[in-house]
Amino acid sequence: MALLEVRDLTVTFDTPDGVVHAVNGLSFDLEPGQTLGIVGESGSGKTQTALAMMGLLAENGRASGSVRFRGQELLGLSTSEQTRIRGSKISMIFQDPVSALNPYMSIGEQLIEVLTHHRNLKRGPARARAIEMLRQVRISDPERRMRQYPHQLSGGMCQRIMIAMGLLCQPDLLIADEPTTALDVTVQSQINLLMGELSEKSSTAIVLITHDLGVVAGLCDKVLVMYAGEVMEMADVEPLFADPAHPYSQGLLESVPRLDREDSGILRAIPGNPPDLVSLPTGCPFRARCDYAFDACTEHPKLEPFDDDRWKRCFLESRPMPKSSEENA
Amino acid sequence: MTAESTTPPREPDAFEQAMDRRPVKGRSLWVDAWHRLKRNKAALAGAGLLVVIVVMVTIGPMLNPWDHEIPDWDHYSTPPSLETGHLMGTDALGRDLFERVMVGGRISLLVGLVATLVSLFIGVLYGATAGYLGGRVDNWMMRAVDAIYALPFMFFVILLMVVFGRNIFLIFVAIGAVNWLDMARIVRGQTLSLKNKAFIEAARASGATERQVIVRHIIPNLLGVVAVYVSLTIPQVILVESFLSFLGLGVQEPLTSWGALVNEGAQELETAPWSLLFPAAFLAATLFAFNFLGDGLRDALDPRDR
Amino acid sequence: MRNPVLKVEDLSVHFEVDGESRWFRREREVVRAVDGVSFELGAAETLGIVGESGCGKSTLARAILGLVKPDAGRVVWLGDNLIGLDEDAMRKKRRELQLIFQDPLGSLDPRMTVGQIVGEPLRNFFPSMSGIQVRERVAGMLKMVGIAPELINRYPHEFSGGQCQRIGIARALVVNPRLVVCDEPVSALDVSIQAQIVNLLKELQKKLQLSLIFIAHDLSVVQHVSDRVLVMYLGKVMEIASRDQLYADPRHPYTRALIEAVPIPDPVAERARQRRALGGELPSPTNPPSGCVFRTRCPYATDDCARTTPPLDEIDEGRRVACIRQDVVPTGRVLPKPPRSGAVE
Repeated sequence: MALLEVRDLTVTFDTPDGVVHAVNGLSFDLEPGQTLGIVGESGSGKTQTALAMMGLLAENGRASGSVRFRGQELLGLSTSEQTRIRGSKISMIFQDPVSALNPYMSIGEQLIEVLTHHRNLKRGPARARAIEMLRQVRISDPERRMRQYPHQLSGGMCQRIMIAMGLLCQPDLLIADEPTTALDVTVQSQINLLMGELSEKSSTAIVLITHDLGVVAGLCDKVLVMYAGEVMEMADVEPLFADPAHPYSQGLLESVPRLDREDSGILRAIPGNPPDLVSLPTGCPFRARCDYAFDACTEHPKLEPFDDDRWKRCFLESRPMPKSSEENA
Repeated sequence: MTAESTTPPREPDAFEQAMDRRPVKGRSLWVDAWHRLKRNKAALAGAGLLVVIVVMVTIGPMLNPWDHEIPDWDHYSTPPSLETGHLMGTDALGRDLFERVMVGGRISLLVGLVATLVSLFIGVLYGATAGYLGGRVDNWMMRAVDAIYALPFMFFVILLMVVFGRNIFLIFVAIGAVNWLDMARIVRGQTLSLKNKAFIEAARASGATERQVIVRHIIPNLLGVVAVYVSLTIPQVILVESFLSFLGLGVQEPLTSWGALVNEGAQELETAPWSLLFPAAFLAATLFAFNFLGDGLRDALDPRDR
Repeated sequence: MRNPVLKVEDLSVHFEVDGESRWFRREREVVRAVDGVSFELGAAETLGIVGESGCGKSTLARAILGLVKPDAGRVVWLGDNLIGLDEDAMRKKRRELQLIFQDPLGSLDPRMTVGQIVGEPLRNFFPSMSGIQVRERVAGMLKMVGIAPELINRYPHEFSGGQCQRIGIARALVVNPRLVVCDEPVSALDVSIQAQIVNLLKELQKKLQLSLIFIAHDLSVVQHVSDRVLVMYLGKVMEIASRDQLYADPRHPYTRALIEAVPIPDPVAERARQRRALGGELPSPTNPPSGCVFRTRCPYATDDCARTTPPLDEIDEGRRVACIRQDVVPTGRVLPKPPRSGAVE
């Protein structure tokens, strides 16, 4: 049985401007120990997916569908049950580590509290375990850090502490929402290396939400490309990067300048802007920005399997030709 | 898309073409705020109630046959009745209460409005200057504000009254002169945060002088906060005036205000409860209305919503 | 360089920041945000400036435009030193030197229409222009950056981030500047939109023959747009070289570390990389390390690095490196040689 089974997850928000359709019928499975990357641009619904799974949606948000974790339905759980699962079985780390930590509590207090609360440990053993965890995430001089407060530490350090906190109870699932976006390049790579090591060593499954395709390439087993709250393409990481089947995945891959390729002088931008989530277009949501759109795209395409365990939401029979090579010729 | 969109000729025909298609109307933040405010029932009700009260106190006394000074010798302390023509009854001296509540309302609202305008004027000027100049000037200006804050307000007002005698004008000045402190602090804070906004730097980079930056960018962006604060200051001032009048330091007979009326009514609570009920009801309704409107405005204008 | 349009010589900007507060007086600490930076920029050339947050790249940009006051050094624009000009003279110069901001929406006044925003520099620099002329020029400019001119009466919040950045570009270019400083112009945008803006900037630069200073933390974007690249760390220049030199053979350990840190979107290559992440964190800018500021994180540092501040030596035609350990720093590309284009599959 899959660790996490998400079926037809839909998230909407009531706002003064109308109903925002953040996530529209999302389905995927996650196996134990697997790392799933959710890629998409802002407004693609990737963060709301995570928050809905954690039961942390904003007040005006509503989630429907089903999120089963080890067979247990997470949507519609009471607050106390949610709290029990959060932190012990599933934990989450956020984009902005400094504000995710409580500024009025020392690092040590915050780590110890997690263990005394979720694991019923006494303070002594909890402290020892917390220090050991800080060592694992490569924090130097953990005893001293335990006494410090979040504002005394750098962003990178705070993110390590968030990761340590997330892993304290040995959760089965760690959801990381843009964990390195707010950090500098060199610190980013430290954290990514750390995440890679941890996912190899432990059996924790990771859902990694990011817009950085490089990070996905380095860390994930499986990738889910989201656009306008829907999955556009889902596949193992290697085939997806080598041979993207959906025009949007292809566009994403080609729009980033790369250090490992010859520079062709011009980037292949995806024209236009993401759709308005209040009034989504009929048919394929990517249609207006797609180079390959044709008559059929006014219908809404289904997410359909092809090849070996790959899925795409597109009417195109053949793969879109990579544009960059055409232009170079 | 970029190729197609960036190659057109740069010469005037671009504009002519643009003019063939009429420019699309934009939706300013004010319009946006108005749309949000319209959805806020409490704020709208508050605004509606205020309009009713203002209209009442403005034209009420003109339609009412009674005078607020001259007693009706036939009716002392009579309850409200259509028969006698005293819609809200009369007070112990036989004066028409409706007339007095309306006239009192004029004074109360006027005090609220004028004192708020005084504090608005001083506060915005002072706060914006301190905030925009910043540094040492700001430090000294705000320490001065702190020092004035430390003066006991009531004591200060009472002292003024005693020294200069009691007149309405002085009440306006006294209340305004103290209330600007809050306004100055709020405006200064807002200016400080505006000053660090990228669009202010952008304006400076595109050659705007300090004066232009303040007039074009700082002040228009302060208006939202100021509007909210004004709508919350007016009731506060009305309340202060009522309190002063209640102490007997406010407006003097034969003129009156809601606070003075409440004071009188409280003394006759047992014999003539209506003489407390009506002014108190008007006072409370006005305060509620302003506060609802103010809260609504704050929600509507709050940029965090965007 | 022959005939540079801009020469920055030994520019330093120091800030005082609050330290301990005691009574009315505050202890002040000095941050050397920019510390002795020199470079030249040619006509129609793009200089990329890379570095992590806190390295002083944004402050450098603002010092060049006279938006912050430098403590030492010269900024020579077309032969005139801009440092020490009075407020009025500097304002006039700004017509030729424009700035594009990181935050697309935040750099536009929320209470002004697009027409007013893009028209503002015109009204400031050319007060004699009539309303019609301003509108005409604004509409033409909007069209050039890919915004339909009929949207001229719309407000910033009615546009997406990418469109706001286009409006910001239109505002910078509307007065025909010769130098445009772009401060992280795409880092707040989504990847697909980033490419649109980068392409637009490159295209406009070519068409209008602009000199461009392109500040970013993203090395791949900088590689894509720049002719030359300057690498900063803690307010100092670590390395400056032509784009091809820098990426083919980064000579400063920090440059190498930066390139090494960039994840590449290719699972096979990315997993095959033997990567050593740069240890440690950025030292406090109020108390930078002695000698070479990078030595605390540098794998090649020796005691000598703590004693002497490495000079920015010219080691090759047009390339300067501030590192005394040139003999041990590895040479060659950090990433494997790129496949020929076309070999995408």
